[in-house]
Amino acid sequence: MIRFILSKLLYLVPTFLGITIIAFSFVRILPGDPVLLMAGERGVTPERHAELTAQLGYDKPVVLQYFDFLGRLFHGDFGNSLVTKKPVLTEFLTLFPATVELGLCAIIIATLIGVPVGVLAAIKRGSWFDQISMTTALIGFSMPIFWWGLLLIILFSGILGWTPVSGRIDLLYYFPDVTGFMLIDSLLSGQKGAFTSALSHLILPSVVLATIPLAVIARQTRSAMLEVMGEDYVRTARAKGMPPSRVIGIHALRNAMIPVITTIGLQIGVLMAGAILTETIFSWPGIGKWMIDSISRRDYPVVQSGLLLIAGLVMLVNLLVDLTYGLINPRIRNT
Amino acid sequence: MKMITRMLVAASALAMTSAMPALAKTFVYCSEASPEGFDPAPYTAGGTFDASAHPIYNRLTEFKKGTTEVEPGLAESWEVSEDGTEYTFHLRKGVKWQSNEKFTPTRDFNADDVIFSYDRQGNAENPWHQYIPGITYEYYTSMAMPDLIKSIEKIDDYTVKFTLNTPEAPFLANIAMPFASIVSKEYADALDAAGTREDLNNMPIGTGPFKFVAYQKDAVIRYTKNPDYWGTAPIIDDLVFAITPDAAVRLQKLKAGECHLMPYPAPADIEGIKADASLKLDEQAGLNVGYLAYNTTMPPFDNPKVRKALNMAINKQAIVDAVFQGAAEPAKNPIPPTMWSYNDAIVDDAYDPEAAKAMLAEAGVTDLSMKIWAMPVQRPYMPNAKRTAELMQEDLSKVGVKVEIVSYEWGEYLAKSMEPGRDGAVILGWTGDNGDPDNFLSVLLSCDSAGDGGANRAFWCNEDFSKLLKDAKITADPAERTALYEQAQVIFKDQAPWFTIAHSTQYVPMSAKVSGFVMSPLGDFTFETVDIAE
Amino acid sequence: MTDATVKLSDAAIRRRMLAEFWFYFSQNRGAVLGLIVFILLVLVAVFAGLLSPHDPTVQYRDALLVPPMWEEKGRAAYILGTDAVGRDMLSRLIYGAQYSLFIGIVVVSIALVGGIVIGLLAGFFGGWVDTVIMRVMDVILAFPSLLLALVLVAVLGPGLTNAMIAIAIVYQPHFARLTRAAVMSEMKREYVTAARVAGAGNLRLMFRTILPNCLAPLIVQATLSFSSAVLDSAALGFLGMGAQPPAPEWGTMLAEAREFILSAWWVVTFPGLAILVSVLAINLMGDGLRDALDPKLKRS
Repeated sequence: MIRFILSKLLYLVPTFLGITIIAFSFVRILPGDPVLLMAGERGVTPERHAELTAQLGYDKPVVLQYFDFLGRLFHGDFGNSLVTKKPVLTEFLTLFPATVELGLCAIIIATLIGVPVGVLAAIKRGSWFDQISMTTALIGFSMPIFWWGLLLIILFSGILGWTPVSGRIDLLYYFPDVTGFMLIDSLLSGQKGAFTSALSHLILPSVVLATIPLAVIARQTRSAMLEVMGEDYVRTARAKGMPPSRVIGIHALRNAMIPVITTIGLQIGVLMAGAILTETIFSWPGIGKWMIDSISRRDYPVVQSGLLLIAGLVMLVNLLVDLTYGLINPRIRNT
Repeated sequence: MKMITRMLVAASALAMTSAMPALAKTFVYCSEASPEGFDPAPYTAGGTFDASAHPIYNRLTEFKKGTTEVEPGLAESWEVSEDGTEYTFHLRKGVKWQSNEKFTPTRDFNADDVIFSYDRQGNAENPWHQYIPGITYEYYTSMAMPDLIKSIEKIDDYTVKFTLNTPEAPFLANIAMPFASIVSKEYADALDAAGTREDLNNMPIGTGPFKFVAYQKDAVIRYTKNPDYWGTAPIIDDLVFAITPDAAVRLQKLKAGECHLMPYPAPADIEGIKADASLKLDEQAGLNVGYLAYNTTMPPFDNPKVRKALNMAINKQAIVDAVFQGAAEPAKNPIPPTMWSYNDAIVDDAYDPEAAKAMLAEAGVTDLSMKIWAMPVQRPYMPNAKRTAELMQEDLSKVGVKVEIVSYEWGEYLAKSMEPGRDGAVILGWTGDNGDPDNFLSVLLSCDSAGDGGANRAFWCNEDFSKLLKDAKITADPAERTALYEQAQVIFKDQAPWFTIAHSTQYVPMSAKVSGFVMSPLGDFTFETVDIAE
Repeated sequence: MTDATVKLSDAAIRRRMLAEFWFYFSQNRGAVLGLIVFILLVLVAVFAGLLSPHDPTVQYRDALLVPPMWEEKGRAAYILGTDAVGRDMLSRLIYGAQYSLFIGIVVVSIALVGGIVIGLLAGFFGGWVDTVIMRVMDVILAFPSLLLALVLVAVLGPGLTNAMIAIAIVYQPHFARLTRAAVMSEMKREYVTAARVAGAGNLRLMFRTILPNCLAPLIVQATLSFSSAVLDSAALGFLGMGAQPPAPEWGTMLAEAREFILSAWWVVTFPGLAILVSVLAINLMGDGLRDALDPKLKRS
């Protein structure tokens, strides 16, 4: 097992190096110039421009800059934002919990609803429940979520006034960050109503973010169940007169879960892409919005290191999924 | 699913009501952008100043609330020498610095703080010049302070003398700008000793009406009233900035009572806000101009007649209606009407496609095709440049001019539009920094700024015009200056280097419970005078 | 996919396969519905000039933000209302169909061709070629697709062409992986060995012998990518990085309309609905295709 993990990790090294090259080179060939953006409509003299460029270290040969970048990475230095002048890692870690909270909440909603719906749809294949839920799932899967988010804001916050419009908690509550997760911090603060306020702020964005993963999970669960239920051993169990609930519970569900878990794990990439849109719409102070803003501000260090951190994270989660898969299904270990 | 939502909704409704007891008056401002930091000197964004310079700090001189007039701030009075190059400031006594958990001041504000605040920006040798790696002082540099200030001397603890290299009429207004905020030398020393210099930017200490409490990145900034404020103390107890970049979401929050006041509503929402009894809307002509700058060095646009003809072919009112939704005044001069020396006697070129066609023919221009550059971003002076360009394209096609609309990424746009050989006319604009006409005319239209790196994007260099500006800059008498600027506007109109588009109106929607908010012509948002009714 | 040689792929067999395919496809009501909507969409796009009541770029200055005709202030001339500069919504939506189909076709073609070539090379030659290629694909897949597309568009400059290229680059590894996997399994089969023994060259082997036998998963992936491309390009447009105004691309229309979300619901609702309906139709079709092409699901 350890050898399996090690080989997987070793396999990641070249990929990670590739990611650094992409993150670095893409960002460095971005057109536009942070110095000019800082100067705005006023403009900047060529001398001052050269001076500022040199100060930022962008006058050196690009290859040299790359090795500088790599060298600093090994020391855990992700550079400083050009806009706020703060270390990128600090900013990432400040904003990251907000994205994780949103993402986790979304994936929990997606799993808690998606898996039972998928299982039920598979069992009652062809029933009205199957048809309606699968149609709904396909609609969810086809949803432009940026539009969906806007509609939900109009409906739930605008017309009905049920949920807050944006933000993470009612501003009347104030307590210091402990974990960065608003739900946990609000509980720790002990302030009355803080937790429900945080929860009510979280619900709409996470529903929007959960839409596509929910649809994918429901569909995947259904087809995995169908496949397993068609297998010989399930048929055998059924033929032997085992009660259907046991057949489904013991044999089918357990085996169907393997591809489902993979699917859930693979949703992290989808979630990150969705987070960009969801956070933009709901003014959610997370990584996605930070990346978008930084791209448009040409904040090179943030875009570079942000891309790197996000890709690294996706890679890690994929590795974890791989490992879990290996644990559940020992056959894979040897291939 | 439905059950869960319903439960949560019920729970949140409960939370709302139970959390409402008004112990202290908390004012929530739905701000537009995250502050870059809390030291005003290194930054340039208005949103940053609203969060740092205005609530936390003061300057030697201040803009009188709601005007661009200069009044005493941390300097109680001053004298200017005959030749206009020496300014002696007498500082206010008994001004207390704020404190936080890590710092308690032992002395009041004095001359050392003033010298420190300026020296760290202008003097590369000052240990605080680079207290954060990569920091620069863009405003200090671009307001020409390094060339202007010869020396700053401490005469005694409460007297400071600035010596300038040349007389500069707008100097007192310049130092009322956010970048010239006075920071505490004692705090800086304490941070030095603790080895946490960057806290000057993270945990600011000032002399202003509000004390900084906490900032959650991209989400919330909290302030509390400064009990020792030397001026009129704020009425509200706590000030909260809820950072909400999207205009529609901001308005939605305002309507839902999640905040009391917001900046920059979408023009399209103005009607709805006016109709809403729970909201109030303040409005004021903005200190800005949006324009289309021709490249006056490229034929046929080097011919004033062609420029005039094109100006007459564009329907200005239609742009004001469709792009600004009427929330703007059509511009005829390069400076806005709220600014002193605005020449109201000037008559704008009438919209007349027929005459324009004839003028073009007269100038020997046929089959003209040109490019119009549309900015990719929304600015206070131009809510939607692409839409403006589309309207211009339509209008110009009616006089036989083919228009291609181009756009670039914002930084690239700013850079490429400054390149001398630029092909096409550029949509851009300007918002005043200090209410002085020089801050518009010299920066945007003088010969000096037509060179490399200048902001004169028409590359228009008219010797007579520039001469008038230079004279005005060293003239102290306001009446004389006014006359000079009025004359300059006549030349501008005659030569038409720009198509002046509009001066956009600023709107500030707020809850009907809010009173005492004063709009700033400079577009600042300050809250020491606001109150909320129960 | 019988064990017979490639020579069997004559017209008769092809017809029979097609008939079988249609049989399974038409069993899926959703898929047929999707196909119908999709065909309608194509017709709308092709005959946009005839169908749209107005020119999509003409601005009616006297009709800014007119609501749809059934609303109180609506006018019969503008069935779905007008936008902020007085352009007819319906006409813009109709022309928008052209953009969406065009985007889908271009993106899928680039990604498909690129992916197939790369995948064939990797699968056919194996060894270090395979390792390098697949590692590069891994790197691309490590980034969330929309984020990478965003950065790519920022590099190339905002615009429809660049958005399509960016999306295609991001999608291409999926095709490459599929092709490679299919090629590797096909390589072991007898007919390939037979062809090789018969003296077929590498190129012929790759494109004529192996490729036709791994088309099914590629077709399914292509439909999926088609709908994703429409969605992602709309998202890029929404973030201001895709097609630029005044192009009546649906995502761009939404981005432009965002400021009117509270004051003019129709400029926000219709473009989104158009995206949803067309993506849904393509996905329905994709489901049908997969069921009809995947023999395993067919029998369960």
